[in-house]
Amino acid sequence: MTRSTKDSAALEYAAGGGLLSRRMLLASAAAGGAAGLLQPSMARAEAEIPEWTKAAGARARGYGAPAAAESAVQRAIIEPWQDVAPAFSLSGTPHHKLRGTITPSGLHYEVHHGGRPDIDPARHRLMIHGLVERPLQFDLDVLERYPMVTATHFLECAGNSLFNAVMPEPMQAGCDMLHGLVSNTEWAGIPMRVLMEEAGVKPEGKWVVAAGADGPSLARSIPMEKIMSDGMLALYQNGERIRPEQGYPMRLLLPGFEGNMNIKWLTSLWVTEAPVHTKDESGEYTEILADGSSLQFTFAMGVKSFITHPSSTMTMSGPGFYEISGLAWTGSGKVAKVEVSADGGTSWAEGALAGPVLPQALTRFSLPWHWDGSPLVLMSRAWDETGAVQPPRADWKARYHASNFLHYNAIQPWQVTAEGAVQNVYL
Amino acid sequence: MSIFKCTATAALLLTAAAARAEGPGLGQPLEAADIPFYATYVTPEGTGLPAGSGTAAQGAEIYAAKCATCHGATGSEGPVMPPVGPNDIWAKPAGSYWPYATTLFDYIRRAMPLEAPKSLSDDEVYALAAYILERNGVIDEQTAMTAETLPAVKMPNHGNFLDVWTKQGAKPW
Ligand code: HEC
Repeated sequence: MTRSTKDSAALEYAAGGGLLSRRMLLASAAAGGAAGLLQPSMARAEAEIPEWTKAAGARARGYGAPAAAESAVQRAIIEPWQDVAPAFSLSGTPHHKLRGTITPSGLHYEVHHGGRPDIDPARHRLMIHGLVERPLQFDLDVLERYPMVTATHFLECAGNSLFNAVMPEPMQAGCDMLHGLVSNTEWAGIPMRVLMEEAGVKPEGKWVVAAGADGPSLARSIPMEKIMSDGMLALYQNGERIRPEQGYPMRLLLPGFEGNMNIKWLTSLWVTEAPVHTKDESGEYTEILADGSSLQFTFAMGVKSFITHPSSTMTMSGPGFYEISGLAWTGSGKVAKVEVSADGGTSWAEGALAGPVLPQALTRFSLPWHWDGSPLVLMSRAWDETGAVQPPRADWKARYHASNFLHYNAIQPWQVTAEGAVQNVYL
Repeated sequence: MSIFKCTATAALLLTAAAARAEGPGLGQPLEAADIPFYATYVTPEGTGLPAGSGTAAQGAEIYAAKCATCHGATGSEGPVMPPVGPNDIWAKPAGSYWPYATTLFDYIRRAMPLEAPKSLSDDEVYALAAYILERNGVIDEQTAMTAETLPAVKMPNHGNFLDVWTKQGAKPW
């Protein structure tokens, strides 16, 4: 975020609270360019030369790492039962410290129901069995020889944003804690359809029970339709072999479906006639509604967005020009538009989407903004190509039992105080 | 190359592709004996349940030794997702909320206790399922859980679930 000394009277507004026309971005770039020409171009003998500019740098290394000064960019770890059950652990992507749309592999969110297993890739295998003509198994060497596809997709835990869903008062924390259980990756792997067709699915095979090689052998029933349409056996994450946290050496990828179904450390695909009501689809990943009944097999994630810059825990560096930027996504195809409000939802302006806008992938939006220093509320509201739109929190809460924290996709308001503090609020 | 030759080559290529179903066809045959139990799941009808039996009284002892530290002294105290309800911690206690009792057997057998999954005998797992169901008031103290009795247990919350996939497919709720 940068301040500018531009005269606010000359600005072109798109909505209340200082939201600027998207054209203003280009205009301010042009103004900056012109200002540059006025600087003296003479070299200055007295200017400081930093020591790294007067020395040879470090030698090449086999695997790079982030700059030492960036060591605070970490996932936020949540261990709900701490030392009682440390293997049940989560960590959230620090979206407020990142830009772009791809989540660095080391910062991809984690939800572990029984810890991160240490798998010997040479002994790992994928089994396809049940209602198939030819029960088959594959090792990693063999899978490496299959034609692969590449696709960028988000993964989101059904419990992402759980604190906003259930806490009576808004929790003051960063985007890592509040919305960190969503990440975006370029995956490469084998279309599931190719492997299923090799095994030969029998006509009565309508579901696939996928299981991991982790301690709890996490299992989910998945409709055959999804497996065959865009299911992927993912082997690579952002160009390198999948990280242990994300399922090394292989995971199931079901674009747009809740994270829990995208079985990590995948070892078995058992073709059945019907879902088998595994533990997760019996309780933990069901939603209790306001009337006490429950939803089961809620697979796709809803349309959602939040502003990353500025966001909760940040401090504004005084009135002036800023770029509002954030992330939007939907389990149903592409994001169609994202609206931004800087007056608590009274008026809205459409943000610019950074292309290409990909299906079931994080999409970055932005809008220039002139903050005049007065307190206000920022929010973003995403729409997808099916016409679905994010609800206000009160509408979302009204649908569900008070305890439900799954599939929360309400609008996120950030309060900006006169002092420049950015805080989580409910509206 | 004549048009005839072209078509013939194309046809040949197509046949080869169909036979390989788009992949190189490198999967190895999988024998039934090489499929571990956790690669399947006990179904609501009880398919996949092994021989064995256990009562709530037997389960109480195993529970106290191997489960209570995480799930609470009698199953309703927690801190971790107490399987006995109602309780103040978890709105979905496994022993009363889940639609099928068979899931208790399968899940405990594959996943619990957290630090030593797959260490329980089938009799122990039946006994633990019996204990959790009895504590929830779903079965009585005498009935042993077996491959026959467990699938016959009628869960109180069964029938209170709406299947969103069947109703509207991938459209989010
Ligand atoms: C070290 C702690 C620990 C011990 C000991 C333990 N569990 Fe668990 N248990 C967990 C955790 C953590 C979960 C949640 C796992 C998940 O979300 O996938 C869980 C989940 C469960 C559930 C499902 C709860 C629900 O509502 O979804 C049942 C049932 C269960 N355990 C039974 C047992 C039994 C029976 C034992 C003893 C043999 C046992 N557990 C021992 C930690 C433990």
